[in-house]
Amino acid sequence: MNKRIKKIIIFLTAWLIALIMFFPIYWMISSGFKNEVDVFSKKPKFLFEPTLNTFLTVIDQSDYFHFALNSIIISISATAFSLLLAIPAAYVMSYWPTKRTKFTMLWMLSTNMMPAVGVLMPLFIIYKTLNLLDTKLGLIIIFAMVNLPFMVWMLYTFFSELPFEILEASRVDGAGIYKELILIVIPASYPGVVSTALLSLIFCWNESFWSINLSAANSAPLTAFMASFSNNQGLFWAKLSAASTMTVIPIMLIGWLAQKHLVRGLTFGAVK
Amino acid sequence: MRNKHNFQILTLIAPSVICLLIWMIVPLLLAINFSFQDFYLQDLSKTGYVGFKNYFYLFNERNFLSSLITTLIFVISIILFTVTLGLALSVLLNQDFYGKGLTRILVISPFLVAPTVAAGIWKLMLMSPTFGLFKWVSKSFGYNPIDWFGDLPLFSIIIIVCWQWLPFALLILLTALQSLPKDQVEAARIDGANELQIFISITINHLKRPIAIVIMLETIFVLNLFAHIYSTTNGGPGNATTNLPYLIYQKALLDYDVGGAAAGGIIAVIFANIVAFFLLSFLSKNIN
Repeated sequence: MNKRIKKIIIFLTAWLIALIMFFPIYWMISSGFKNEVDVFSKKPKFLFEPTLNTFLTVIDQSDYFHFALNSIIISISATAFSLLLAIPAAYVMSYWPTKRTKFTMLWMLSTNMMPAVGVLMPLFIIYKTLNLLDTKLGLIIIFAMVNLPFMVWMLYTFFSELPFEILEASRVDGAGIYKELILIVIPASYPGVVSTALLSLIFCWNESFWSINLSAANSAPLTAFMASFSNNQGLFWAKLSAASTMTVIPIMLIGWLAQKHLVRGLTFGAVK
Repeated sequence: MRNKHNFQILTLIAPSVICLLIWMIVPLLLAINFSFQDFYLQDLSKTGYVGFKNYFYLFNERNFLSSLITTLIFVISIILFTVTLGLALSVLLNQDFYGKGLTRILVISPFLVAPTVAAGIWKLMLMSPTFGLFKWVSKSFGYNPIDWFGDLPLFSIIIIVCWQWLPFALLILLTALQSLPKDQVEAARIDGANELQIFISITINHLKRPIAIVIMLETIFVLNLFAHIYSTTNGGPGNATTNLPYLIYQKALLDYDVGGAAAGGIIAVIFANIVAFFLLSFLSKNIN
């Protein structure tokens, strides 16, 4: 009996906390399906007639697609660029380590600890001189550099977990290291590469410091767009909610998919 | 043959190293250089070296000291809150109950919300003193609504950041708990240890490393806290929520004071490096 009560209490508190944590997201999503009248009713409406109108208005009025497209292009290009650099580097570090490998890995990580504000001014001026201010390319380069260290670390842990026999076979055949990487290591650790890419997509999509400071009307991704949207249209809650929902949902789905490997990426492989 | 092999290895790793080297060194050297100059963004030509003047001004500015204190308040409160609550929740969510997988998905979701979106939702729809949901809640319990960003600006931002980073702590601790040595727990139980003793001597001991990692990673993030402030208070009212990153941003892109902003940036780099040193020496034990 005692055990059963304990089980019920655990069940109830766990669910209560989960629902409280999720509530703001639920509130955002559901308000997007209301019209501006329902959203502002004196008593918050938990039951209402859902409408898609607000979503359509947002898409119609606010160049939403322009910024969404920016987000998509920037996130995917930055991820592809950093993956292209990270995969070979991680491969060398896990299969051909030297005395310097450990130092190189730590040094890479240390570039990640550099506070963005510390280099805001110089980057702003460099970008101004190179005409990279408010361009997608400018953000792609920065996002790729910011994500590169964690990707090398994450891929390193995935590559290190491959059974050595797979490689031995190829080495007996005398395949070169380019071939070994492309034909054996990458296919064999495919899931690891995919979850590294997914995690990078999440980080790129949500990055807010550089996108706020280095982009404007032309190249702004959704994070920067949302910052100005809530300043200008803050009173139109339904619209705000609809725009927020469309910004959050795609990346949240990816996050749920990559859930298992999220921790490994976030902790540089220290917790698995 | 050997040489060719080494060359191939070099071609694989060199691009990463060169890119990161440029990314790290060029802006940093420029920042150091700017920090010793009188340099305003309006007319890029008006430059001259002024020694430590920018640093001197910075240290004598009242805003600077208060921004350091604000930064520190953010770091300490957010870490205390997310780590203690994350620890408690991870133990709870690690139990067996119906719908365990789904609760986990719900709980980690806030971490996946973009900071500017999270700030907008909380500020405008939940905490707004005129129409927000919290106002309705406190009114229906007969209390006066709180003017969150008017009266408790710092606390309001802390709440929003904690809402996003509690899932981070929770997720990492939860993952770490799954590798808890079950036989040790069983053995302790057979020896007559109660749940609290088991929790302190085995669970906490097992979680020491993950907790340290959570603290260090969160410190690095919170030292850089910017987007949440930018999209809620703009550092105000007054300078109540201006932390070091926000102060530097104001100097740089609102006052166009390149030299002053660069000097502030160098201070931020020094701070971050102190934390990074501990984190790196910690993670270095992970590479074989």
